[in-house]
Amino acid sequence: MEALSSLADGFAVALTFQNLGLALIGCFLGTIIGALPGLGPSNGVAILIPLAFSLGLGPTPALILLTSVYYGAMYGGRISSILLNIPGDEPALMTTLDGYPMAKQGRAGEALAISGVASFVGSFFATIGLVFLAPLLVQVALLFGPAEYFALFALAFATLGGVSSTNQAKAAFATALGLGIAMVGVDGQTGVPRFSFGEVHLYDGIDFLVAIVGLFALSEVFIFLEHRGDGSGEGKQADVGIGRITPSFAVLRRCTPTMARSTVLGFVAGVLPGAGASLGSFLAYTSEKAVADKEGTFGKGDPRGVAAPEAGNNAAAGGALVPMLALGVPGSGTTAVLLAMLLALNITPGPLLFQQNPDVVWGLIAALFIANFMLLAMNIPMVGLFVRVLMIPPKFLMPIVAMVSFVGIYGISGSTFDLMVMVVFGVLGWVLRKLEVPLVPVILGILLGNLMESNLRRAMTISDGDWTVLFASPLALLLWAIAVVGFVLPILVGKRIKRRMHMTEEEPGGATTTD
Amino acid sequence: MTGGTGVSDRVLGGIGLVLAAFYIWQATTIQVSFISDPVGPKTFPIIIGLLLAVSSLVIMLKPDAEPHWPAIGRLAEIALAVVVLVAYAMALPAVGFVAATAVASAFLSWRLGTAPLPAVAAGVAIALGIYVVFHLILGLSLAEGPYGF
Repeated sequence: MEALSSLADGFAVALTFQNLGLALIGCFLGTIIGALPGLGPSNGVAILIPLAFSLGLGPTPALILLTSVYYGAMYGGRISSILLNIPGDEPALMTTLDGYPMAKQGRAGEALAISGVASFVGSFFATIGLVFLAPLLVQVALLFGPAEYFALFALAFATLGGVSSTNQAKAAFATALGLGIAMVGVDGQTGVPRFSFGEVHLYDGIDFLVAIVGLFALSEVFIFLEHRGDGSGEGKQADVGIGRITPSFAVLRRCTPTMARSTVLGFVAGVLPGAGASLGSFLAYTSEKAVADKEGTFGKGDPRGVAAPEAGNNAAAGGALVPMLALGVPGSGTTAVLLAMLLALNITPGPLLFQQNPDVVWGLIAALFIANFMLLAMNIPMVGLFVRVLMIPPKFLMPIVAMVSFVGIYGISGSTFDLMVMVVFGVLGWVLRKLEVPLVPVILGILLGNLMESNLRRAMTISDGDWTVLFASPLALLLWAIAVVGFVLPILVGKRIKRRMHMTEEEPGGATTTD
Repeated sequence: MTGGTGVSDRVLGGIGLVLAAFYIWQATTIQVSFISDPVGPKTFPIIIGLLLAVSSLVIMLKPDAEPHWPAIGRLAEIALAVVVLVAYAMALPAVGFVAATAVASAFLSWRLGTAPLPAVAAGVAIALGIYVVFHLILGLSLAEGPYGF
């Protein structure tokens, strides 16, 4: 297989002292970020991007660092789900259902161990899936012209809300907001300034990183200020014994079919646009409950109920990298952040990436394999360390988050103007979250707006102004059809699915405590 | 802000409509140079403006349930934090990273529930900690100020 020999080259890239060290740091930071309620993978990665730039890392090392954080966050999210009944990030929500009951029975250590193994299985096999699926998708992507790319961007935005979206008008509103912000600055093709109102600082456009750090990280600080003292989001300590942190062989064997099924489901959910890790863990849990819960023990501390969502969300995280790398179109907030970093490093993901920068792609994939083993080691024997980190109360954590956000943005540009813009985005993020307008379409719009427009204009230049070119090929028609279905479907079934995921209210850290 | 159901969404939709109108108007004023592609720099922004207008209209006509707005005191709290962060951004080049960060993070920590004196200690610790990790160890350039730190 050609993929395997490429992968071998990738290991040569990844196995340098620097890259191994970065993967280790990334895994460690990622697990902490995932474990802390209120710091999800997307804002965690976003705060660290400026750091990767300021350190002057090349594309491959930077990508290794940040994807290790991404994978690590997927592992870490389960820790507070199990111990505190607060998901460390949104995908870990389903893990609370059986993880916390297990902790209350004094089997927290067992739950942590099983979920650690399940996370490993999910992301390990998803990374294998990435090795084989991404090159296949690249073959398809080579058939894409500008018109197909334009349709693909439309598809990405239309499906972004996911099937759990309850209000598609708000998803469209968020997309328009993001795309609109992307238009600010000098037009790349004709050189005329747009929407910059004579302000020189705006000629370069609004930096994606400034927007995302403001929208995600700073708005989190405001949410915590709003909720201070009312109990939610505070690091309430679990008065539960951890117990032994080794999974028994019998339990593992019992969970093996669960992990296998959940990995496949999660991976597929991750590859599909607009689904992502939250849906992966949800699908894995509910289908496992339907298939395997014969004694009605799910929800009461069944180890399989911990293994399923963790294998599912980690597999989805790996799956989500497939469209990001092969097509250059991310399907989730965190992969959007990773894409932003690549673009900022002058690397355009997509089919050409595999041809022009195979070292980046395969070095990254190899690093992910290595990172997985590091994470397994960190998350089973060393999990006690992360449990202690969880006890940092928000009153100290949130100021650190705010200050590190400022440090990161200032480190890139040294510009007070950018810091002001970031504060504005922080307030905007808080208001939008209160109104339940999703933030991911906003950042994706800011990130992809100019690419989308230039594909449209290129297609129209080729066709000399004939708009029907956008619907001229069967491939483009197919993409438009999926986009329409993906946008309309949630209007019909979204409320029901959302209710079943019982994410009725966005509390700090996206957490809803359910007892 | 705690009126009948959906008031906030109606306001959001209204603001969105105004914004869309302003955006489309601004788009039509974009100068077009002599050499331009068939689409030009105006069309895509106008499409975005229309998308914004339509989605705003739907939000206005079919509002969701009213979100839980904080009491006026908490809103003032958030506003004050915004003021402090803006002041922090402006003070950075003037007084240097460590001093500005110590004050800003002490303030935030205090408002998030730390008692005043421990909050000052936390502020100083956070500022020094970030300075050591990001500047001395990782070599990131932080705002220098008159004293060089």
